[in-house]
Parts: sequence; structure tokens; C-alpha cells
Amino acid sequence: MTEVTAPMTGIVHQLNVTPGAAVAEGDGVVVLESMKMHIPVPAPRAGTVQEIRVKEGDFVEEGAVLFVIG
Amino acid sequence: MANIERLRAVAARVKAGGPQRYHERLREQGKMFARERLRLLLDDLDEFIEDGLLARCEDEELPADAVVTGVGRIGGRTVCIMASDSTVKAGSWGARTVEKIVRIQEKALSLNVPIVYLVDSAGGRITDQVEMFPGRRHAGRIFYNQVKMSGRVPQVCILFGPSPAGAAYLPALSDLVIMVDKNASAYLGSPRMAEMVIGEKVDHEAMGGARMHCSVSGLGDVLAANEEEAIESAKRYLAYMPDNWRERPAEAERAAPASATPVSEIVPKDQNTPFDMYRLIDALVDGGSFFEIKKEFAPELITGFARLEGRPVGIVANQPAVKGGVLFSDSADKGARFVWMCNAYNIPLLFLADVPGFMIGSKVEREGIIRHGAKMICAVSEATVPKISVIVRKAYGAGLYAMAGPAFEPDYTLAFPNAQIAIMGPEAAINAVYYNKIQELPEEERPAYVARLRREYAEDIDIFRLASELIVDAVIEPDELRQELIRRFAACAGKRETFTERRNPVYPV
Repeated sequence: MTEVTAPMTGIVHQLNVTPGAAVAEGDGVVVLESMKMHIPVPAPRAGTVQEIRVKEGDFVEEGAVLFVIG
Repeated sequence: MANIERLRAVAARVKAGGPQRYHERLREQGKMFARERLRLLLDDLDEFIEDGLLARCEDEELPADAVVTGVGRIGGRTVCIMASDSTVKAGSWGARTVEKIVRIQEKALSLNVPIVYLVDSAGGRITDQVEMFPGRRHAGRIFYNQVKMSGRVPQVCILFGPSPAGAAYLPALSDLVIMVDKNASAYLGSPRMAEMVIGEKVDHEAMGGARMHCSVSGLGDVLAANEEEAIESAKRYLAYMPDNWRERPAEAERAAPASATPVSEIVPKDQNTPFDMYRLIDALVDGGSFFEIKKEFAPELITGFARLEGRPVGIVANQPAVKGGVLFSDSADKGARFVWMCNAYNIPLLFLADVPGFMIGSKVEREGIIRHGAKMICAVSEATVPKISVIVRKAYGAGLYAMAGPAFEPDYTLAFPNAQIAIMGPEAAINAVYYNKIQELPEEERPAYVARLRREYAEDIDIFRLASELIVDAVIEPDELRQELIRRFAACAGKRETFTERRNPVYPV
């Protein structure tokens, strides 16, 4: 299980997958918006998205867990 | 003539270092013996001018007092060397060790040549503390000398093993710190000490390992996979450095860029879309010349040396692919230190700006992002080497200042045709300035109103308008950037300026 965290404080702009989806390393799972920039948060490794802990529009602090890959 | 035999015997014994079992341990750890490291680093170990070989020679347990010092050649240039010998008392420092280190530093200063510290040491010998710790020419003098040498002669530290407690200031006060992954470590208090004194349980690697220092603390500049790579990195770095602050770095063979992708295809038009700044650098600089500093630390800002038709240049570039290229406290520190290094050693600076500004929010305010940002602005202001700032896509807010905007005496401010320079981008500005007016309107009228305001704002900060106001010196086509930079840096070759006269600025740190 790998917990993937927000690289910086911002708002969840877009979720590209739903739990259960298979992802390859580097696939953009979540896109944050911060400082008016789109910040893609990629899967750090291949696997299955076990859980997504945020929804679009959520405010997240740097370091908050966004999703879990198993 | 008995003493000739004696000299040969003692010299041979001393050059073999400590007991065999410690040599074997080195091999198990993937480490080299100090003199083997020197064989790789120096052009010719047989020409090495070694002094103090006979330090503590009457004590069979202390060959050379655990350190090799002398003058050698790297790439044909004279360089002073200090190398810990960890087979002797774990490379620890006694009175003569310290005296040897102090002397080789004094030698580097008087010869006006770089110094390389090859460190693998358990630190000061506590049993000898009165002879090596507190006095005038004791360990403190090593660090005093380093501060005095900083900005006069290049100082490179390769950390092959530990450098604990006070000895950790040796890497901290060097210009460049190369750390060997898994073997190098630096901490003020060891994990054992931390457990005893503050109750924290933490392992060696997490406390002060190479990877931690190169990615989190910022003490390390280059993370090397092994000792050979570390030594190679030191040579590459020195190739970018002059012998001392009065001289200029050497030129090299010119080479075509590694990537033939046109710059115009690399930079997206949309301001909010990330792109990889490394692709732009690859398309811009001589192939194979890019030598990155602090690659793993604060990667939202890229710093490194490269060459343009063989001439050295220091690059400071925002990386929109990481955290949108926003500047943080760590990236500001990283940028400031790199700019100071380039300015100290006559390396022209190239800023590639694509920056949404400094990060905002309560978290970064509490960690002091204002004073960290001020540090970078300070370094950029002080830099009098040729400096060119290129606005690649945008430079908003104090990001413009940190990236050597027009007020900071760049020799040239250049911009690509889609670039924007503003206090903030159109979206943020309209939302912030017209918030109340937008809220007063019926909801269905808001989108059209906002769109109109953004259009007007964008026209106001249009790059042709800024060029017309002489804010930027030239708007250039992206595909012509390399040639443009080569010409403009060549034109700056004769620049010699002093920023101002004073004892020292009061640095915002």
C-alpha cells in the first residue's frame, strides 16, 4: 500500500480515476489546483487505486493523503 | 645511511594506513582506501606533493595521524587535497590531524587554488580534546579558515563516510558537497546520542544519511551512487570553476544541444499547463554539459552549470512540472546559494523564468517564506556577473524579482512572444480585485463580466505593451533563444562591476 500525498496546499481540481482502477507509474490520478496552476499528482508506481480520500473541490493541506495505491 | 633505510621503512608502513582488518571492512562497505581515492581523483598520484606523511610516525597506531594532505593536479590544474584515512582510528581527528588540515587550507589560500576535502571520519578524538578542540589552531580554526576561503578559492567536499558532530561543519562550509549514497552521513548528535539525550529513536540513514541530506535538509548538493561516481562529479564541478575568484572558468569544446526539438514546441501557450523545463534546457545548452546542483532538493527550481558554445553559464530555472514551478522557502535558499556561488567564481547567470510567484498560505508564512524569498532577492541583486533573464511564459509577483527581473540589473531581460509579466495572473487578479463587484451582479451575468475583465487585464499586461514601455529589452522567437544567448553573453564578456562598498550586508536569513 502506498499513500500518495498532496505536494502542496491547494484545491482538488479533478479526479481522473475511480477506486479499483489499474494505473501505471506516472499516470495522473488527481489534479490539484494551487496558485492558479494545475498540479498533476501521478501514481508513484503501477498498481490498483485502492482508495481515493478526497473529492473535487476539497481543500487539502500539503502532505494530506489523496489516494492509496495497492 | 641507516636512516635512509629507516625512512623507506617508515614511509612504506605509513602509506599502507591502518591495520588489515580495517582495510577489509572498507571493502565490505564498498569503500576505497584514502590513497586509492586519490589515485582516481588526481592526474598522477606519483606526482602528489605530500607533507606531514611522518606526523605521529613514532606511534605505529597513528600513520599520518589519520589524514593525507598535499598538493596534486586535477585536469592539469593545481589543487590542494585533504583525505581522511578511516583505517586509522576511524579517521578521527587528533592534534596533528587538525594541524595538517589547517596547513593545507592555508596552502590553498596562499597558492590561490581550489581545495578538495575527502571526508570519512569519526570526528574529534575526545581523549585528545584539550590538544585538538578548543585552542587557536585547533578544530575551530578549520571552520574559520573555510569561512575565510569561501568565495576566494573553490572548496569541494566529498563525503564518503561519516562526518559527525562538529566535523559536520566541514561539509556545511564547503561550496559543494557530494555524498555517497548509503555510506555518507552527517549529524550533530548520533542516533545513540539522540536516544540518550532527547529520547528519540531514529536510525542512521533517517537521521543524517546522504539521501536525506540531498533531498530534505539541503546539506548535500550531489547524491552519488558510489565512490567512483562521487570522484567523477568532483572533477566535473572543478571543470566549471576557475582556480580562484579573480580568474574566469575555462572554456570547453563546443557541442550541439542534446535535443533538436524546437523550443517553440516545448513551451505550451496555456499558462496553467505544466511542462518539463529539463526539455527546454536540453534544447538550449551544449549536449552533455549540464551539471545539476541539488537535483533532489526543492526540485521546483532547477540549478546547474552548463555551456553555451563551450562557455560556462549557471542556470536558474523554474520547473513548472513540479509544484507548478512555484517558489518555496527551500527553493529560494537553493537559488540564493547557487547565485552566490556563480557570482563568486565569475560564472555568468541565465535565469529561465516561468514562475507563478512565491507560495502563499499560513503554512509557508509560519516557516518564514518572506525572509527566505528576501535571501534570493538579495543574492540576485548582489550578482554582478553577466546575467540574462528570460521570461519563458510568466513571471508573477516577487517571482519576477527573484528571477532577476528588470529592477535587478540584468544585462538583458528577454521574453518569448506569449510571456506575461504582472503582479499576478489574470484569473487571480480579477477574482481578488473585483470580488465585491462580481458578487453584486446577478449570477447569470457574472461569467461574461469576468471574461471581459480578464481580457482587459490580459491586454494591459500584454508583452508587446511591456516591450513598448521598454520593460523588456527584446521579445524573441523561442527557436532563436540559443543563438541569442550566445551572442548576448559574448557581448557581456568584458563586464566588470562591483555591487557596492561596505563591510557586509545585513543578510535576511
